[in-house]
Amino acid sequence: MAPARLSVVEPLLWIAAAIGLALLPLVLSIFQVVQITVFLIFCLLAVSLDLSWGLAGLLSFGQAAFFGIGGYSYAIIGINGTMTSAATLAAAAAGAAAAATIGYIAFYGRLSAMFLAVMTLTVTLILLQVMGSTADPSYRVGSAVIGGYNGMTNIPSLVLDPRGFFWAVAGLLVAVVVMGRLLMMAPFGRVLAAIRENEQRVELLGYDARWRKLLTFSLSGAVAGLAGALFASWGNFINPEIFSLAQSAQVVIWVLVGGRGWLYGAVIGALLVQVLTQYLGSIGTAYTSLALGGLLVVFVLLLPNGLLPALSRGTLSLGIRQA
Amino acid sequence: MTRNSPAEPFSRSEASGPQGSPALLQTTGLSKAFGGVHAVAGVDFRLRRGELRCLIGPNGAGKSTFFKMLSGQLRPTAGTIIFDGHDITGEPQHRIARLGMGIKNQVPSVWDGLSVYEHFWIAARRRVGARAAGTAADRLLGELGLEAIAGREVGALAHGERQWVEIGMVVAQQPNLILLDEPTAGMAADEVERTADLLRVVNINASLIVVEHDMQFIKMIGGIVTVLHQGRILIEDAMEKVLDSRIVREVYLGSGHARG
Repeated sequence: MAPARLSVVEPLLWIAAAIGLALLPLVLSIFQVVQITVFLIFCLLAVSLDLSWGLAGLLSFGQAAFFGIGGYSYAIIGINGTMTSAATLAAAAAGAAAAATIGYIAFYGRLSAMFLAVMTLTVTLILLQVMGSTADPSYRVGSAVIGGYNGMTNIPSLVLDPRGFFWAVAGLLVAVVVMGRLLMMAPFGRVLAAIRENEQRVELLGYDARWRKLLTFSLSGAVAGLAGALFASWGNFINPEIFSLAQSAQVVIWVLVGGRGWLYGAVIGALLVQVLTQYLGSIGTAYTSLALGGLLVVFVLLLPNGLLPALSRGTLSLGIRQA
Repeated sequence: MTRNSPAEPFSRSEASGPQGSPALLQTTGLSKAFGGVHAVAGVDFRLRRGELRCLIGPNGAGKSTFFKMLSGQLRPTAGTIIFDGHDITGEPQHRIARLGMGIKNQVPSVWDGLSVYEHFWIAARRRVGARAAGTAADRLLGELGLEAIAGREVGALAHGERQWVEIGMVVAQQPNLILLDEPTAGMAADEVERTADLLRVVNINASLIVVEHDMQFIKMIGGIVTVLHQGRILIEDAMEKVLDSRIVREVYLGSGHARG
């Protein structure tokens, strides 16, 4: 028997999303295309958190750190004249390496889930301080000047044409979501789900939870690093604000609002919150934080599992089923 | 040697088996202290291959602590554990499980968001391929009579059913030794009987140690009974002899029973 199967809806959803995203830049203005591109980059960042938090229960406030590390890696390598596609891969690798380092300490040291959350947040805020104190021009890597709080400018684009870049970002997002869903469905993903529910029970069956969590967390770091590279490429700019508390919390809020454990929820949450932020920002900045705070309170009280689980009622559930 | 250690002032019946036969599990001077409290204090325990052993004792006797040391959930303060020829003292729990030990803890420990079927599938999948795990899970659902709730999330099940799911997982793991900490807690009378039937079948291929408070259940499944008291083995004998023992009644059932 096939140990697990997708609902018939899902592959259709993927195809529809791919076609929709492919056609979108043809009907929108360049300004709108550029705007939606950054939303999609945030979606990718949200998906990276859902890969660790939703799939394996590893809550990390450090996605902003991996995002920023990816962005800075891309900037430094890109400015030094390496091919931007290679710089993008290097950014994903840097994100993975950062996550693996933190994950190794947390998982092989048998530290609690709370410790992982605190440690990732701490690392993010330390990076904010460190990157902020590099204003002196002597802080440079090759021809790339780090620039302290002023940030780095003139970062080369991955794809020069805005429509081409949109397609690249959208393609990566769809690919990551599809691969993530297939991973969740695979035996490895089901064991991760069991680890999320009760890790000790998994270990008492003979599974080593540690390397499974480490691998998942590193994968999550890689996707966040990739998103960071795309972000640096999008604005041709990066500064240490990327490591701020607001940015760290933002990622968690996206996933919380959309609903964790589905990947689609992360996408919906990031889109919803970012579109709302954009809209409120156009009315008057004073209300933005207030309205977002209110939204978060409403979700925690009324839809603690997030939007998608409340709407889907199990149509997208992935469990291993009887033949 | 286990036989005449000071922790066991009472002789064993011949039913505990010839000393020459290879033991599946042997602990020597096994101890666990939490601060100044000696939860388990120098237990020399020996289990033959294929044996079904009941472990009883009043609350706080150290039964669960003993189980947690055997399965690697707690690191012993002193002593050694030899399981199937391997020294497993202080080994990580997943490695002990891989050597063929399965345990159901006292507090039901399951995956609330996963289905009954997935529990059995994942438990079996550690040793065999996906297809064989599916076959094993199907067979187990039938044996346990859980087909009707195969697709249900375990978080939504009744306490007795959750116990069944966890026992089923341990069986699906196909261990050589199964430790069950209060398997029938929260079960109705007919469920208790079915559990006893199941354990008899499981005992064909695996050795068992069962912690229980339900004397009816212990009589049902038979076997040698080890009584723990204040972290030590008090007596080890057949059920009837243990129940007849004055000192057991004193510590286990309360001194009132012994006088009366």
